[in-house]
This record gives sequence, C-alpha cells and structure tokens, in this order.
Amino acid sequence: MNESEPAKIGPFSRRTFLKSLGTTAVATAAVQAQTMAAELEKVNAEKTIGPGTVPVTLKVNGEMLKLQLEPRVTLLDALRNYSSLTGSKEGCDRGTCGACTVMINDVPVYSCMKLAIEAQGQAITTVEGLAKNGKLTKVQQAFLNRDALMCGYCTPGFVMSVTALLRKNPHPTADDVRHACSGNLCRCGTYPRIMEAAFEASGVAKVAINKTEVIPYA
Amino acid sequence: MPDPANLSWPKETKYISKSTHRVDAAQKLTGKARYSSDIQAEGWLYGMILRSKWPAAKITNINLEKALQIPGIKAAILIKGNERTVRYYGDEIAAVAGTTKIACLDALKAIEVTAEPLPYVVHEDEAKKPDAPKVWDDAPNLSKPKVTEKGEVDKAFSECATVVEGFYTTQVQLHHPMETHGNTVSWTDEGLTAYASTQGITSVKDGFAGSLQLEQSKVRVITEYMGGGFGAKFGSGVEGKAAAELSKAAKAPVRLMLTRFDQGLAVGNRPSSFQKIKLGASADGTLLAYQLDAYGTAGIGGGGSSEGGGGGANFPAPYIYQIPNTRVSQATVAINAGSARAFRAPGNPPASFGMESIMDDLAVKMGMDPLELRVKNDPNPVRQKEYEVGGKRVGWKEKYKKPGSSPGVIKTGIGCASGSWGGGGSKKTQGEAQINPDGSVEIRMGVQDLGTGTRTVLAVVAAEVFGLKPEQITVKVGDTNYPPGPGSGGSTTCASISPTALDTCTNALNELQKQTGVADARGENWFAACKKLGVTPLVVQGKFQDGLSSRGAGGVQFAEVEVDTETGRVTVKKMTCIHDCGLIMNTLTLESQIYGGTIMGMGYALYEERVMDKLSGALLNPNFETYKLTGLSDMPEFDIVLINMPERGVIGIGEPSVIPSASAIANAVANALGVRINSLPITPAKVLAALGKIPAPVS
Ligand code: FES
Ligand code: FES
Repeated sequence: MNESEPAKIGPFSRRTFLKSLGTTAVATAAVQAQTMAAELEKVNAEKTIGPGTVPVTLKVNGEMLKLQLEPRVTLLDALRNYSSLTGSKEGCDRGTCGACTVMINDVPVYSCMKLAIEAQGQAITTVEGLAKNGKLTKVQQAFLNRDALMCGYCTPGFVMSVTALLRKNPHPTADDVRHACSGNLCRCGTYPRIMEAAFEASGVAKVAINKTEVIPYA
Repeated sequence: MPDPANLSWPKETKYISKSTHRVDAAQKLTGKARYSSDIQAEGWLYGMILRSKWPAAKITNINLEKALQIPGIKAAILIKGNERTVRYYGDEIAAVAGTTKIACLDALKAIEVTAEPLPYVVHEDEAKKPDAPKVWDDAPNLSKPKVTEKGEVDKAFSECATVVEGFYTTQVQLHHPMETHGNTVSWTDEGLTAYASTQGITSVKDGFAGSLQLEQSKVRVITEYMGGGFGAKFGSGVEGKAAAELSKAAKAPVRLMLTRFDQGLAVGNRPSSFQKIKLGASADGTLLAYQLDAYGTAGIGGGGSSEGGGGGANFPAPYIYQIPNTRVSQATVAINAGSARAFRAPGNPPASFGMESIMDDLAVKMGMDPLELRVKNDPNPVRQKEYEVGGKRVGWKEKYKKPGSSPGVIKTGIGCASGSWGGGGSKKTQGEAQINPDGSVEIRMGVQDLGTGTRTVLAVVAAEVFGLKPEQITVKVGDTNYPPGPGSGGSTTCASISPTALDTCTNALNELQKQTGVADARGENWFAACKKLGVTPLVVQGKFQDGLSSRGAGGVQFAEVEVDTETGRVTVKKMTCIHDCGLIMNTLTLESQIYGGTIMGMGYALYEERVMDKLSGALLNPNFETYKLTGLSDMPEFDIVLINMPERGVIGIGEPSVIPSASAIANAVANALGVRINSLPITPAKVLAALGKIPAPVS
C-alpha cells in the first residue's frame, strides 16, 4: 500500500535539516561537531511535541475534526475512539488486515499505521464519507448486489481499497483487483464476490469467473 | 391462507429459495452498522487485559498501584486473585480501564507481577511422556483413551484383500474472527447491559448472571452487529467478566475488546490431531475393517483422568463411510497453551482429513478409482447424488490420472472428499411480529446475525407470508429483551428461526384478518387492512414448529491443484462444491456460506497453524503477519452446486461447507505428486521434504 510522504511538522523536517548540514559541515566536522550537536538539539527542542496532548485538526470526509491528542495516537484510534467515526474497523492494529483502510488524498492507507498528527492537512475519506445523501456509491452498490460482505467487519476496508483502485484505474484487470486488495483480509471468505463486485462497479460486463447453480434432488 | 395448526412451506414462492440481497448490507457498507466494538456509551472507558508472559508460573504478587497512578486510569482489577498459578502464555492476570487506549497500554506496563516460573510443556509428543512437566498438578497430561469397538476387527483385517496403514496429523487452527472477542459493559445498581460480540446473546446473558451472581432479569445483552465468531464466541468470557468488574469499579461503561494478539492466545482454537489409522477392504473395495489410535491437544482444556480427555479433541470415527468392524481409541493430551473451543464443525475437519486421506491411500494401493471407492462405501443417498453430479461436472473420469503421472515441474492433481453435519432446529425458539397501523412490520427475535444472513432470512419469510417485499420488513434481532432465539452455532440458526418466523407471521396474518375483517390482507390489500387497526399496533407471538426443518446436511467437494515441485508451493486452481441443506431459504447468502466455508478450509489445508515455541513456551504467531489466512489472490475458480430438497425442510449450511475442503485439497496434492503429505497444513517445506529435496521440517 502506498503512502504519501509524511507531512512536515513545523517549518522544516528533521531530514532536510540534517541534509543541509551534511553538505556544508563535512570538512570541518571535528571543529563543528559541538556546534552541530547544539544546533540539532535546538531544532529538535523546537519541534518536540508531546508527551502531553496537542491540538490536532483532521479533515475527514470534508469536515474539520478538531481533537486534542497525544502525538502517539494513531489515525485509527483518533477516528474510532476520539470521534464517532467507527466505520473504519480495527482488526489487528498493526498493519496486517486492512480493516482500518481509509483514503488519504485518494490513496488507500492503513489508518492504524499512521499517526493522527501526520494526517493533518490532508483529505481523509472514511467509509462514512462515500455515500452522498443516502445514495450508495457504485462500489458500495456492487458489493450489495454481489453479496460481497458477510459479517461486514472487513467490508469498510475492502470498500476503501476497491474505491481507491477504481479512482486510479477505472478498468482494472483481475490482477489489479488482487493487488489492490492484497492488504485486506476477510475471515468470512467473501473474496470471490469482492472480485465480482469490483468488476461490476467498474462496468466490466462479464464478471462470472465462478459458477453457482441450484438443482433439484429428484 | 395457511392453516396455523398444520403449517407447511409454500410451494410457489416469491422469495424463499430465491436470491434476496442482504437486508443490512447498506448499513455495513456505509459504516452505520454498530458493532459491539463500536459502542461509545456515555462516559465510556477503554479496557485492556494483562496476560501471563510465562507458560507456567506461580504468581506470588500482583501490584496494581503504579498502574492506578497513570493519568486517565480509572480502575484496575485482578482477574483470578493475587496468588495463583498461570498455566499458559496468555493466561489472564489483571485488567485496567482508562479514558484512552494509550493510557491503558501504559498501565499494563506499570503493573508489577512477581512470579516463580514453573516447568511447562507445549508440544503434544513431549507432554505425553511420563516424565513431562504436568500441566495440571493433580491429573496426568495424557488422558486414558476412550475405546469403542464394533464387530470382530482382527478377524476382519485378516480377511481383507488390501490393508493400508497411515499416520495423519492436523494442526491447531485459530478462529481469528475479524472482530475480536469483547464487550462494552455497563454495570450499575440498576443492572448490567452488555454489548457483546457474540454468537449467543442468551448464553452470554446466562454467563454474566452466573459469574457475577446477578438476577437474570437484571442482565441485558445486545448484539446489533458482530464481526464473526466461528464457534468461539458463546460465553460472557473472562474478558466480559473483567469488563463488568471494571465498569462497577470505575462507575462507567467499559469497552474491553481483545487485541489481535490476545485473540490468538486465549479464546479458543481447533484442537490438533495425530491419527494412526488402519483400513482394510475386500477385493471389490468394500470396506471391512478400521482401526484408529488418536490423540490431540485441546491446550489446558483437555487431558486429565477422564476417558478420552475431553476438551473437544476427540472426533467422529470412522468418518462417514460404512464399516462393519471398527476399533477406535482416542485420547487427549494437555499442554501449556490456550484452551480449545468449538470451531466451525468441531471434530469434523480433522476426522475428514484422516479418513479421506486413507481412503485415497487405499484406493491407490488397490488400483481403484478413489471416487468409485467412495461411491461404494458411502451409505448416504444424497451424497451418492453429489458424487454423481460432481464427478460429471469436474470431468473426473478424464481428469483423474495415476498419482504422480503429471509431467513437468508443475504437477496437476485432482481430489475428492465429503462431509456430513447434523444441525437441526432449536425447539425453544420464539418470535414476535408487530404490525403497525401504517402497514410497517417488525419481526423481533432474540437471535443474532453473525454475517450468515439471519436478518435477511427472517425478512424473506415474513415477506413471503405477508405478500410484501423483504425490504418492507424491519427485522430486530440481537437483544435479550426480544423473545428468546437460538445460539448461532452448529448450523442450527436457520433451521430454528425459519419455522419460528413462519409460525409467527402466519399467526400475525390470521390475527390481522380476524381483527379487521379483511378476508385476505396480503399483498395489495396489506395497507388498507393495517389501517383498520386504528391506532393500536398488533403484536403476535409464534414459536418453533416441528416438521418445517430437519437435520443432516452433507456435501462433496472436488479440488484441482497445481504443485510446483521446485518451490513446493500448492495452488488451488478450482473448487467444485456440491452441497445440500434441505429447503433453501435464500440462495444468495447460502452461496456466500459455501464460499466462506471452503475458503476457510483452504486455509486449514495450506496456511494456518498455531506455532508454539518449545524454548520459551510462547505462542509464536498470534498475529496475521505470521498466522497466515487465505487471501483474495489465493482464490481458485469455484463451481458451487446446491441441491434443493424442499421436502426436507430447512437445514443449516455453515459447518458442512468447511469440512471436506482441506481433505479434497490434500488428496489432490497427493494425486499430483504421487506421494502423500500426511500433515496439515501442506506447506512448501513439507512438499519439498516429501519429494526428498530437503530434510523433513521439525514440528
Ligand atoms: S487494523 Fe490496521 S491493518 Fe489491521
Ligand atoms: S465479511 Fe466477515 S471478515 Fe469479511
């Protein structure tokens, strides 16, 4: 799963600071080591946030969510437990199941693997933000039509992964769908129907990979 | 109009046996569905559990003081007292509740536990040894075997034309529902309300009342939506009791959901099995004699002095086939690991793996077609039909080749296996229908929807009886304030609720017609009739009725695989699943069940296994990065055939679909390679070892 570059915190990131030091300070390293350490400490001190709470503003589904969070709170934790957006699910809290998938600027991201403070200033979309005025999106409708959900706990994550795929690639192949959903797990076993739903949502006419049939006994 | 005294399923239907979209799909797809883990009760606290890091230890002291000083922490409790013995890595020690998750994480770290480590054993074969550390002080690790004998086994073996022997093993499998176990509990002087992630609101209510010594009338359990259970979510659990006690101590509702790590350690698994089997047949392939010597572990939950050892590690044997002479001996061995729990078709997948493997081994030795061997010895008429239908559909005659004869590096194979499950409906199920003057309808039942489509089935039955559309029915389930419904286990839900809904709705329709004088209130007359109710809604009860459901569903599955003999990787190319479950209620959700069961069976065949570390006694892979589940890219092609048998009434399908998949895949792998991998899961290492390319992996 791709992630966009983490947002800069403060005027410049630690990495750019060190980079600039690297180019100028090498020759006189010994002499300047002390200055450098002092400088580094100063910059770090400026940027140190936490361990207490800090104000965090998240743009979720087009609305501003103002929260007061410890910097170590993940985006998933912030959504589910500091606001009422419980649509994104927690299946593992360590980047292995995809139930927490949200879109950040149209890119699918595991929200359990991103700190809430890192997600500031970006457009976050959760499963609650897809259907407008009660009308399901094409992807949601296709999931419904194809019964691509059972218990539904993995479903928000899959819906986000498939939605992000179709935004980037409106006519995916089966391999594209496999790749897009490779970070999502479903214990109920809805995969064949998720594949069908992805095709239906993309308007690909023939989607029947699998056959089902009812026959009488006699 | 249906006669209430003599109910039967309608012959001509609009919705029953057709496909209705899941009535709660939109809720789940938009994030509106409230799962037990989503509940945000007023002033709620986060709860977490501290677990033993020792596989066995004597706890001498637990100090919660420092945890209570962490900002945000409102309560901390001991789970089973201060001085006690823990018997597995993951055993519950203490629990905390606080305003945030991170506060709880900090608090768990701050709890001081003093313990004296004890010797432990986490491997079945070591636990069996007489000098092994004892899991329970006063009982042996290895139980006495439970022995049953029928006919004259030794004599029969001596008369067999062919006898085969084999040793087949199956792993411990973890349930891993996507939503972990847990509850949001509020316990005040008024009583206790729990939002539980459960398969049985009624059994959870009973559990809370019992473990907390509360009057049952003071306990209410609600499960609006839950994220899967697969057999492991029936009780209120240690975590439920802890949440309740934390709630009482903190005077606030507590949401305590297990972490994924906890889930792997402590809340159930499918026991392992080690099966030594001997099977003999006459020259024409008629099975004559069978002998089984088996043991398995149910963690700390089995073993001991009783015969068989309990804990769920025993399994039905011989499985499915008719054999006149049998000797079965089964024992259970305790190890220092989490207890087993019911897991989708308990006992059956291991039973099927042993039996179906040796059936194929016998067929190969006899030079007989394994499908024919099954047809010859399976007494079940419905499965006979399934062998026939499935055999034709997969082209068995053309595709089944001599084992190992597939050319090239990537070898193909085909295999077959069957399953059988009882099921049946619960006679205690009750339901209630409310018909409102505006024509809207509510069906209420104290059952829960695990994702199997329970709500949808109720809507289908009501719509059929009232001549309405399923989406016009509001189904209310998942609350112990509704009339009692069944626990959702053993594939009994559909067979319990469908007859009950038919009775309830038929009573309601009759009552509506009686009260309003409308001769036929169904369909287009519905709203006019309901209007005549005035302002008072009509509430009518119903209950389970005999003769509308039955038990005994089966299935036959065929697997086609490719095995890469260089990497050892097995790819399932196609699964053909032929299943029966009596009268089909809703085809769409039924098919989903078959997909789901088969895919879970694929995991059992190829990927899933709990790994215990002999050196530390820890469970090495409680998380998804190391405990591998089947994923979307592992999907084969499916061909699913449902045999509709309305004359049998409703039968459940959740379990039968998971039983034969792993056995069919294992047989297909053996067919491809010409050697059998006798141990699940069939990992690349085991394949390469079977081919003599690497040494056998150590388990
Ligand atoms: S909860 Fe984020 S990947 Fe599982
Ligand atoms: S629908 Fe239950 S986990 Fe996917």
